[in-house]
Amino acid sequence: MSITVKAAGAGVTYVDQRAPISSLLKANLRKIFPDHWSFMLGEIALYSFLILLLTGVYLTIWFKPSMTDVIYNGSFAPLDGIPMSEAYASALNISFDVRGGLLIRQIHHWAALFFMAAMMVHMFRIFFTGAFRKPRELNWVIGGSMILIGILEGFAGYSLPDDLLSGVGVRIVAGIVEGIPVIGTYLMFFIFGGQFPGSDFIPRLYTFHVLLVPGILLAMIGIHLVLVFYHKHTQYPGAGRTNTNVVGFPLFPVYTAKAGGFFFVVFGVTTLIAAFVTINPIWAYGPYVPDQVTAGSQPDWYIGFLDGALRAFPNWESVIWGHTISWNVFLPSAVMPGLLVTVLIIYPFIEAWVTGDKREHHLLDRPRNAPTRTAIGVMAISFYGVLVINGANDIIAQAFNVSFNQLTWFTRIGVFVIPPLMFIATRRFCLGLQRRDRDLLLHGRESGQILRLPHGEFIEIHTPISDEQKAVILSKIDVPVMALPVATDANGVATPKLRAKRRRARWSRAYFGDNVARPTAQELEEAAHHAHEAHAHEVHAHGAGELADAGKDH
Amino acid sequence: MTSTSVRRHRATGLVVLCAALVMTGVGYAAVSGTAEAAAPEASQQQVEQGRQLFLEGCATCHGLGAQGSSDGPSLIGVGAASVDFQVTTGRMPLAQPSNQAPRKVPTYTPEMVAALAAYVATLGPGPSIPSDSDLATNDANLAEGGTLFRTNCAQCHNFAGRGGALSDGKYAPNMMKATPREIYEAMLTGPQSMPNFTDATMPAEKKQAIIKYIAYLQSASDPGGLALGSYGPVTEGMFIWTAGIGILLAASVWIGAKVR
Repeated sequence: MSITVKAAGAGVTYVDQRAPISSLLKANLRKIFPDHWSFMLGEIALYSFLILLLTGVYLTIWFKPSMTDVIYNGSFAPLDGIPMSEAYASALNISFDVRGGLLIRQIHHWAALFFMAAMMVHMFRIFFTGAFRKPRELNWVIGGSMILIGILEGFAGYSLPDDLLSGVGVRIVAGIVEGIPVIGTYLMFFIFGGQFPGSDFIPRLYTFHVLLVPGILLAMIGIHLVLVFYHKHTQYPGAGRTNTNVVGFPLFPVYTAKAGGFFFVVFGVTTLIAAFVTINPIWAYGPYVPDQVTAGSQPDWYIGFLDGALRAFPNWESVIWGHTISWNVFLPSAVMPGLLVTVLIIYPFIEAWVTGDKREHHLLDRPRNAPTRTAIGVMAISFYGVLVINGANDIIAQAFNVSFNQLTWFTRIGVFVIPPLMFIATRRFCLGLQRRDRDLLLHGRESGQILRLPHGEFIEIHTPISDEQKAVILSKIDVPVMALPVATDANGVATPKLRAKRRRARWSRAYFGDNVARPTAQELEEAAHHAHEAHAHEVHAHGAGELADAGKDH
Repeated sequence: MTSTSVRRHRATGLVVLCAALVMTGVGYAAVSGTAEAAAPEASQQQVEQGRQLFLEGCATCHGLGAQGSSDGPSLIGVGAASVDFQVTTGRMPLAQPSNQAPRKVPTYTPEMVAALAAYVATLGPGPSIPSDSDLATNDANLAEGGTLFRTNCAQCHNFAGRGGALSDGKYAPNMMKATPREIYEAMLTGPQSMPNFTDATMPAEKKQAIIKYIAYLQSASDPGGLALGSYGPVTEGMFIWTAGIGILLAASVWIGAKVR
């Protein structure tokens, strides 16, 4: 035993004399992180990425990113003797002739869907709890960029096998690039090395998919995590939790165990799904041939919104000096996603400008306490959702026996009508919850017990809420609404930058004007006094021998 | 109608039209003289039975002489193959007017279908019901059938023959229940929105290859596991957002739960 300890100690000393590991570990292993299940959503994305790296390496061993024509003579009989690209043939080979190849391919693809879905769910958590506020705006920007890069990486990945479905997707992307006014055609020729499909695209995409983008993502994930460490993790409000402390457990051993275990849960679930559920059956699609297409050609779900916008957009084109500008492609598939991603990425700065808030926030907002932000989030999700649904309009038309022309019109109108309705509904919902919170603080919880007083009056007993719940509700920050600036002050001096200030005041009113004010200390005091009185009533009632059971729990 | 015109019977136009159509049909048959005109040996009795069935079940929409009406197309020259396809798959008689006749349980017995087909075949030359030798797929090449299927069929019926949507609520049906004879007849006659693939554009051997491929699709096992309906990435996306993310959220709630 002592020999082992001695040896370990010697090992540590050896390492420590050469790299300052132990002091680094000492400083960081006991770092405290708060505990909540929703803090693990980002981990799902992180672990999916690790799974993608591991399985991706396995796939690169056999995949040949080559457009050379070959005749397939592998073990999948229905394609025997069919000419195809070497890329597709090697993807078939991985699926049918490499040991474990199909499983690894399916784990890789399912993990990609998990990666994108988990990043989005993680983003929802960050957005709705206001975790993007100072000092974490940059981390939001990195995260938002990773979703965009993830979309590109996913597209590159499912395009590589050069099957019929992915070839159709590449054709659409070529069309989108061509649709960019003025430079489109040049850009498309630059990317494809000539006419579509050519033989350059797949090899180029391969470098992009296995080297460039994973490298960028890895670097961004590194920075993302270092910043989380540096900023310390945000926490939900509760008793004893403030903006200046972190209540939770140490990284070692609690979170190293939890996180390590969770990695295996994510890997296990992904593997199980991949073992039992088909994804991207490239053998069934056949090789890509430009004159073939299959009904129900769809992108993977995370690109569905783009396809949905493209499908819904009216057929607008104009001819300027003999050149056609395809607004019907350019606006929905280049401008729309560009705007969406831009607004997403700069949102923290928009909100900071409206609130004029320069403080650091380490305590999370409850979504109801930022009704306008929550409503904006739900509005954005519903906008995205309507487009995703339209991206599947042919499948929906077939499954539910409706006309997809009608679905297209539903989207054209719905994409403008549904998000504002969701905004209004969410905002009212949040404000309603705020009122309820205020009511809980001032009057307590309705106990459901009715008391009859000696003089015949009926009252319901309200029980005060717990201190924990009180602390959660009182975490609400009342953001003051900016007053409209006066044009000239009492001395007749014009206010500088009047228009900008007015605009900001209007935004501030729109954001916070309807918020339900947090009860003041005096109101809370009065409420407590009132509750005491009610209790006295109750005791009195007991004394009178009426409703002997009513106050048993109090 | 102006006062100077001679009074004509209401049905004059229809009669003239029918006469013209019949004359054109007969004339075409006489001139072309293809093998198609020689309908399979149908007994006079069978034709008569078919005519009776037609008058009872079909004439309301297709007209007493199968000349068609505002409710249904003319059946003169559609051939026995078309009748066999539409009635065997239960598409005809139509339950109600809609964008498209759906496949349903057939109303008529095979003998009745044969009689109907024999009767309609006498109205004008058209494709006849494929024989067993037409449907023999033993010599057909499966992989070639796959290529032909992806070139000619997949754009509407989907890569796995699961069907797909067309405009205005019409659709290309799921082929999982289609028999080789139905597939052959559908290619020959082009029912509803389907284009028709005559023997000139698609020789019998190619049709047989396609039939072989569809039969493979109907019986294929899924090497990757549950196929999620073979509808492509949409059902995969639904799966990840329901079962996939659902399981992992449950796992994170479980791991993140405080031990009290």
